[in-house]
Amino acid sequence: MRNPQLNAKGELQHLLTTEGLPRAILTSILDTAEPFTEVAEREVKKLPLLRGKSVFNLFFENSTRTRTTFEIAAKRLSADVINLNINTSSAAKGESLLDTVDNLAAMQADMFVVRHAASGAPHLIAEHLANTGKDHIHVINAGDGRHAHPTQGLLDMYTIRHYKREFTGLTVAIVGDVLHSRVARSQIHALTTLGVPEIRVIAPKTLLPSCVERLGVRVCHDIHEGLRGVDVVMMLRLQNERMQGALLPSPQEYFKSFGLTPERMALAKPDAIVMHPGPMNRGVEIDSAVADGPHAVILPQVTFGIAVRMAVMAMLAGVK
Amino acid sequence: MKIQIRNGRLIDPANGIDRNADLFIARGHIVGVDHAPAGFETSGTLDATGCIVCPGLVDLSARLREPGYEYRATLESEMAAAAAGGVTSLACPPDTDPPLDEPGLVEMLKHRARLPAFAHVYPVGALTLKLAGERLTEMAELAEAGCLAFGQANTAIVDTQVLARAMQYASTFGFPVWLQAQDPFLARMGVAHDGEVATRLGLAGIPVAAETIALATILQLARETGAQIHLTRISSASGLEMIAAARRSGISATCDVAIHHLHLCDHDIAYFNPHARIDPPLRAQADRDALRRGLADGTINALCSDHTPVDDDAKQVPFDEAEPGATGLELLLPLTLKWATEMKLPLAQALARVTCDPAKILGIDAGNLKVGAPADVCVFDPQASFRVSRENLKSQGKNTPFLGLELPGRVKATLIDGHLAYDGSWG
Repeated sequence: MRNPQLNAKGELQHLLTTEGLPRAILTSILDTAEPFTEVAEREVKKLPLLRGKSVFNLFFENSTRTRTTFEIAAKRLSADVINLNINTSSAAKGESLLDTVDNLAAMQADMFVVRHAASGAPHLIAEHLANTGKDHIHVINAGDGRHAHPTQGLLDMYTIRHYKREFTGLTVAIVGDVLHSRVARSQIHALTTLGVPEIRVIAPKTLLPSCVERLGVRVCHDIHEGLRGVDVVMMLRLQNERMQGALLPSPQEYFKSFGLTPERMALAKPDAIVMHPGPMNRGVEIDSAVADGPHAVILPQVTFGIAVRMAVMAMLAGVK
Repeated sequence: MKIQIRNGRLIDPANGIDRNADLFIARGHIVGVDHAPAGFETSGTLDATGCIVCPGLVDLSARLREPGYEYRATLESEMAAAAAGGVTSLACPPDTDPPLDEPGLVEMLKHRARLPAFAHVYPVGALTLKLAGERLTEMAELAEAGCLAFGQANTAIVDTQVLARAMQYASTFGFPVWLQAQDPFLARMGVAHDGEVATRLGLAGIPVAAETIALATILQLARETGAQIHLTRISSASGLEMIAAARRSGISATCDVAIHHLHLCDHDIAYFNPHARIDPPLRAQADRDALRRGLADGTINALCSDHTPVDDDAKQVPFDEAEPGATGLELLLPLTLKWATEMKLPLAQALARVTCDPAKILGIDAGNLKVGAPADVCVFDPQASFRVSRENLKSQGKNTPFLGLELPGRVKATLIDGHLAYDGSWG
């Protein structure tokens, strides 16, 4: 079966997931992002690469932060940006997902940035565009259910490469709610493709999906064992609703067993970096002393995120 | 109408027949095999050269969508599908709207289905009112209206005391109880088999334990109550092992599997294909392989289509919002043949699982071609193939994970009570 995010020539048509993304394309996105980081430091932060193009931010699930970073990225490339918070408009009136897509496609959209609570929604949209002869419209997955958040995964790879240069000698730990995390899945697929030899996931059994080791990771239930000697610590956000449904007893107990504290960070390599996709829950998954400490690269992640999203949009629009 | 079916290869698994033989039909019944009875004057002849003549198929689960879901399918559309698929008897689950929980509804359905070209319809009565798992239905009344068995379709009875009493009450009258084994708590929010595929795709999983735990409860209560249990749509290797073990310990439970679980596994979800959203979920490859062996060796008694027509709108949505189910009546025979070929099984053994074996579970005189039996006959060309496409499917439901496939076997004619219900471009 053809990878739905590549066109017949093997070029990136949509960005739906980091899984199955060829290493060359992945690296090329990171390379393309490099010069874009400098744009942000200029007096005039604009490039004309997407001038005249319309980027639609289709957010079926609320997210001010991700939507804003996509909006900034598109605007820095001179695109026209239209923001749609659909959970408060059409869907509430009963319009189906694909009807919404048809309507927006008829408004001459060039790119859809999609966030949806259901895993696979961006795939469905991409397939529908192909079936209706509208596959000149590119789809970027901005997070779907528990499935994927590829631009977050890519900006994390950018951050790691920025600080560590090479991937092939690294030990990376991912800590937290892997079960519900689209970020973790996108990170794991990107890390394995880029040749990271050891990826550890650290979490209680209730927050790990079944057969997770088949994704190419080592499972640790003890954070001390998991953090020993790592180069990179990638924290995941723990949402409060996990206290319901008998997944965890309390945020306090979670912090006690799996929270990232300075003492635990001392087990990692001295030059280890700590990442977090935000928003952070201080005192739940991460201690403030770590979040604000010397290992943290959490704010640079945000800056790199804009460059990486610019790179993805520029590549999809066919301009490097 | 007196019909002679000539020159065909007659396969009648119930009577151990597999040879070239003519079949003679009069007044809706089989009146002769090989030789016409005295005084038989043919009023119509079907030339079955190169074809197989077998009993009409008996399908243990086909949703006709009446009453309540006529926008998905009607009796007319689904009966045309049944005839085209060689299916002459079918049981329909009680999950209509309203559910089949009172005699009037069952009588209406039986009455609507009483047309010569229509397959025999056997409604499975609801075991509890509104399938809510709280109060018993009037089973004796429902049986008089035509229900041969009682069940809950895909809904579980959560309260085990109600389940025990429903089984006790049904067994008082000797009514079989058909149950799907899936623990509703472990299956909560789940849309796919809890395994590597669900993990990769970020889909909420339904663990195998949802089936085995429910099975343990049902089998134990079957032992306690003596109820005659039929387990529908087995999905896992572990579940199958439990049923085999229960039988060895003296519990007389039968079970069936659906065509989807026989041929597909969770990998067929591919990139969120909503047609592969099936209830119970498609499980791992090892489960599928165990089900294929279990059906061959008879641990699984019957193969059914689990025909569930779903409208396009309910499938053109993200995977976890898609309505579960797939159309199947017209695929039951081709997928039986495909399984038989792949497993290198004698055709008679394979066809038994869709003819005499399910007839035995339903307790009806069907699925055989002995003299005196109702003339429910399927004639098919095993060399021809059936391409699964929206255009070729007569069912109103066009939703199936087998879309686009070329499957073996094409029905040439279907007779129901001696009446030609389907004529597949007879030469």
